[in-house]
Amino acid sequence: MSEAYAHPNYVKIWIWLLVLLALSVAGPMLEIPTLTIITAFGIAIVKAFLVAANFMHLKFEKKIIWFLLLMSICMLGVFFFGVAPDIMMTEGDQWIDCIADKSCVEQRL
Amino acid sequence: MSMHGPIATHRSATGVPTGRLAVWWLMASEIFIFGGLIACFVLFKLNGTPGFEDASLTSLTAGAVNTFVLLTSSLTVVLAHAAIEKGDREKSFLYIWYTIGGGFVFLGVKAYEYTGKIINGHIITENLFWSFYYTMTGLHALHVIGGMVIMALISFDIRKGHNYQRVELIGIYWHFVDLIWIFLFPLLYIANF
Repeated sequence: MSEAYAHPNYVKIWIWLLVLLALSVAGPMLEIPTLTIITAFGIAIVKAFLVAANFMHLKFEKKIIWFLLLMSICMLGVFFFGVAPDIMMTEGDQWIDCIADKSCVEQRL
Repeated sequence: MSMHGPIATHRSATGVPTGRLAVWWLMASEIFIFGGLIACFVLFKLNGTPGFEDASLTSLTAGAVNTFVLLTSSLTVVLAHAAIEKGDREKSFLYIWYTIGGGFVFLGVKAYEYTGKIINGHIITENLFWSFYYTMTGLHALHVIGGMVIMALISFDIRKGHNYQRVELIGIYWHFVDLIWIFLFPLLYIANF
């Protein structure tokens, strides 16, 4: 069983999450693309933090758990920038736009 | 709580109970699985890959309803944890089954969405967007099903008075499934950037 700590007010956090959900759904209605991206992803990060900190009790966890998760996220960053050139770069002698000419599947067979 | 079972369930080298540490390790590996998919999706999208404009064909209403359902099921599973900490087995059992019910609603909406898309010819091989859509949401749905099955097993276990700590462990897993959806929702249903 987990250690003793005061449980947060879960219903209050849930209501906040629903308010944020409503805002992220309302964002695209203003039809401002930049604002839509900010409301969609900015609010997603805030919601994720609320869930992780309060529902998953991350704010009560020992530092080793934070370290474990941060290492995962850092390694994901390495993956992102490692893969990025393969997807984003469209130059070079060996580069073939297999999505455009629909030859990707044949190339891998 | 019951102290039966393998020694790993009630000893700790890190100060974190071993079962909970194992679940956090699982979560760390899941960050790679879903994070890798999300990272590649974003890269292809930023690169202007053909097909990603199909994001406008997904149903915002269905996505929002499913977000509501998962956020609510996250509430019920954390209430199940709070109840079992007070030793209230019946209340915890009930909250776990509310959560499983939420899982069924989520899967029902997902099945409705899939059916509509497939009828309209949007299948996994249509283009890269739909490949990502079905892979990410399908893998997520498998996690939902897995969580529901484990929760059902745990619910009967705690009713007999065994392994109360597992309610917290499945809760962490379920919140993570919710957390993944929190990012899939704007990615696939809102932001057509």
